[in-house]
Amino acid sequence: MRPARLVACAAALLCGAAQAQAQAVRIGELNSYKTFPAFLEPYKKGWQLALEEVNAAGGVNGRPLEVISREDGGTPGEAVRVAEELLARERVAMLMGTFASHVGLAVANLAARRKVVFVAAEPLTDKIVWENGNRYTFRLRPSTYMQVAMLVPEAARLKKRRWAIVVPNYEYGQSAADSFRKLLRAAQPDAQFVAEQAPALGKIDAGAVVQALADARPDAIFSALFAADLQKFVREGNLRGLFRGTAVFNLLAGEPEYLDTLHAETPAGWWVTGYPWRQIDTPAHRAFLAAYRARWHEDPRLGSVVGYAALHTVANALRRAGGTDGEKLIAALEGLRMSTPFGPIEYRALDHQSTMGAYVGQLAQRNGEGVMVNWHFADGADYLPPDDVVRALRKE
Amino acid sequence: MSGSAVLLQFLNGLASASSLFLVAAGLSLIFGVTRIVNFAHGSLFMLGMYLAVALAPHAGFWWSVPLAALAVGALGALIEALLLRRLYAAPELMQLLATFALVLILRDAALWAWGPEDLLGPRAPGLDGAVRIAGSRFPAYDLFIIGCGPLVLGALWLLLRRTRWGTLVRAATQDREMAGALGVDARRLFGGVFALGALLAGLGGALQIPREPATLAVDLQVISDAFVVVVVGGLGSIPGAFLAALLIGEIKAFCIGLGYSEFTLAVEFVVMAVVLVLRPWGLLGRAPAPVRGPGAHEPPLALPSRSALGALAAVALGLCAVPLLSGGYALVLLTDILLFALFAVSLHFLMGPGGMLSFGHAAYFGLGAYGAGLLLLKGGAPMAAALLAAPLLALLAALVFGWFCVRLSGVYLAMLTLAFAQIAWSVVHQWNAFTGGSNGLIGIWPDGWLAGRTAYYYVTLGACVAGIAAMWRVLYAPFGYALRAGRDSPLRADAIGIDVRAQQWAGFVFAGLFAGIAGALYAFSKGSISPETLSVPRSVDGLVMVLLGGLHTLTGPVWGAALFIWLQDSLSRGFDYWRAAIGAVIVLLVVAAPGGLGGLLKARSAR
Repeated sequence: MRPARLVACAAALLCGAAQAQAQAVRIGELNSYKTFPAFLEPYKKGWQLALEEVNAAGGVNGRPLEVISREDGGTPGEAVRVAEELLARERVAMLMGTFASHVGLAVANLAARRKVVFVAAEPLTDKIVWENGNRYTFRLRPSTYMQVAMLVPEAARLKKRRWAIVVPNYEYGQSAADSFRKLLRAAQPDAQFVAEQAPALGKIDAGAVVQALADARPDAIFSALFAADLQKFVREGNLRGLFRGTAVFNLLAGEPEYLDTLHAETPAGWWVTGYPWRQIDTPAHRAFLAAYRARWHEDPRLGSVVGYAALHTVANALRRAGGTDGEKLIAALEGLRMSTPFGPIEYRALDHQSTMGAYVGQLAQRNGEGVMVNWHFADGADYLPPDDVVRALRKE
Repeated sequence: MSGSAVLLQFLNGLASASSLFLVAAGLSLIFGVTRIVNFAHGSLFMLGMYLAVALAPHAGFWWSVPLAALAVGALGALIEALLLRRLYAAPELMQLLATFALVLILRDAALWAWGPEDLLGPRAPGLDGAVRIAGSRFPAYDLFIIGCGPLVLGALWLLLRRTRWGTLVRAATQDREMAGALGVDARRLFGGVFALGALLAGLGGALQIPREPATLAVDLQVISDAFVVVVVGGLGSIPGAFLAALLIGEIKAFCIGLGYSEFTLAVEFVVMAVVLVLRPWGLLGRAPAPVRGPGAHEPPLALPSRSALGALAAVALGLCAVPLLSGGYALVLLTDILLFALFAVSLHFLMGPGGMLSFGHAAYFGLGAYGAGLLLLKGGAPMAAALLAAPLLALLAALVFGWFCVRLSGVYLAMLTLAFAQIAWSVVHQWNAFTGGSNGLIGIWPDGWLAGRTAYYYVTLGACVAGIAAMWRVLYAPFGYALRAGRDSPLRADAIGIDVRAQQWAGFVFAGLFAGIAGALYAFSKGSISPETLSVPRSVDGLVMVLLGGLHTLTGPVWGAALFIWLQDSLSRGFDYWRAAIGAVIVLLVVAAPGGLGGLLKARSAR
């Protein structure tokens, strides 16, 4: 290429880029990438893939979509500052992201204050759509309550009398334990709770906890442990024979982020919620899996699906609203139906919770690796409390 | 609990005690000799875990343990030779800052090398099963771990009591200057001790991998536990550390066994508070040789020159003009910087002129924030009243906690402040009905005339400038002089009729009050607060700001806060390894300007 042509090309490219930027719809994304990298690196790849898809298909409303992504430091204070920066300096049209519940709640509250729509992708806390819910906040993932409710029918079917509970000591664990007690008692009035352990998050003293649970001689265990706590609990439990003849129900343990780390320790027969990506054979998931593997040359995690679906939520909302006006976006998101790799979902107008579901099944080992078997898809819409209960919680 | 349950929980306690001791032994050794508060000790432990997990598939688990320990020991020697050795002449706490930077760098290095996923190590070949004890299955490897603690204790005892090197180390622990005067080459001794301490950290980490996965978060978890053990045992006392580990391990195991697992959140800090109140130098520690610390060497504070005052006034005026130029994010960022400048100056007041090192200053910041949130949301107080009355909660806490803290000195005092901060944190974290538990309080916004960013910025600016000026002014008042006299020479201050302890208590409360003001302003600027406002990382942030700015200048903490917040804000944007980048900047600063930013400015103006 001759120099003159090269310059012309570069100029054209620059102009094009400048033009695209001038027109792009900007989305502010913030997350605790450094605090929870195991979940959030796949999440980032998920939304990047979705962003490329949206822009390859011509963007939204004739404009390309641009995501401005930020580290939120993992604390509410820093996250609020980062969100303010996205709003004030980057002039983003919507906010998206967050992982931990307290950070999600803080950003949701700021979103309501600044009257900007926020798609909370990952936080599980029930409060973000119920007690502390607001007009501007929508949440994608099935909440703690929903995932507990998905496990309860199986738990009640086993007719185990003596239950022990072990959950990490913070809001997610506490509300998982509360919901489980309430829902199981309703389904099986003779259930007893004989032991409860709430070790500090990330600092479980697994030997002592396993011993204390075993001393209570439970027929079944409900656990909400995840990540390093889960690994320690599983290894100690296996060594000490806690799981022999004891049914175990563990929220989230089927998510590849946590299941893949267990390898040969994977306890067979546990009931879990998760994401058996190898075996899901729906057209929507097949397309997602192929696209994800082609783009990143690796297998998806649950975070990938969450990031992917969150960005498509944003794009669909912008399309349906026909612009970036806040009120129109709320109207567009309320009742928005869209497809995800897990199948169709709807953002409920009632409480802004999506009906995204999760897969419920049992753990097993294949070639020294953990997999989910006997699984079925639990549609989130079927595991939410009655509307009047939700309305009472959501005092708007 | 049945008899067999008691026995098994006792064994569980022994196993965790042994693990705790392995980490703490190295830390105790390093602190005892070099007086370095080694924040990076937990990171070395973490590296030991990762290295062992990585080596185990190739070398087998039993070889991976010594290999990982040696590698970490070598890294320790390198760190000492390349970084810490340059800082022995610098003010003591700069080494703390340097090791904090290492924490940031090592965590990102591990993330880069091994990825984000938790890595569960193999079971130990030969000890991969369980043995039957009192009708229950107990992991064979845990029995091995139980044996490791006393083994390492014995080996260290022999090394320190029966070798010439050990004798020199003990001499340096007792009195560094005297050992130096007698011809002991402190450099080589310190290097050796640091490498040995690092090796022990690596060994502790490698031995843990059959019990827990290698994770990135383990560094900070381990470091606070290890500090507690070292201090409860008595600084520099290895048998003391063993005893402390035993005490804490057993108490934790029985808390869990009896069904009070929630108490494990802060039980070690409760133990530490009780021990320090009853025995100010830990279980087996001895009163240190008379302090010849930085206080004694520090030049007295001179009155600021007219031009310096003019420059400060110009900065304040410049800050007043910012809203005329920019109404957006600049104000949000500056509000944060101002708040943390006030927080850092209050911590500096305590650490510098007050001579009381604090590892738990965020408690007063956080309680100020919670005071505001609780008054507004639970008490139904109007915003202005909540903002004004909130710092009183911090003041109250400082009154109570300070009364105990001023009875101690040095690192013991610092650790007692940490213990109280952690106890306050765990109460806030656990009290769901009142403080909102781990989610915190949501919806603390200023109303009416203060709702806009500009208005809130001016209020913050006014409060912070006034607060900082008040603290600086007090240093030149009789109270400030008495405080400094008590720091520099407690005996002489006492002899001329100053009640040193009362002055320190007043100083503690004064600093707590201003931290509380910063906290209350923080709550209303963020709209929500959670227990992290009074957590250890927040306290550490404060320390970093003060030290970056320089402990021995008044304006230093302000520049330190500004630099730290600005670095966080600008580096975390669009740069994956921003933590390591912040760490690298801190290392460069520490090496280039051991007196901190304030020291740099001072040196320039003195030229």
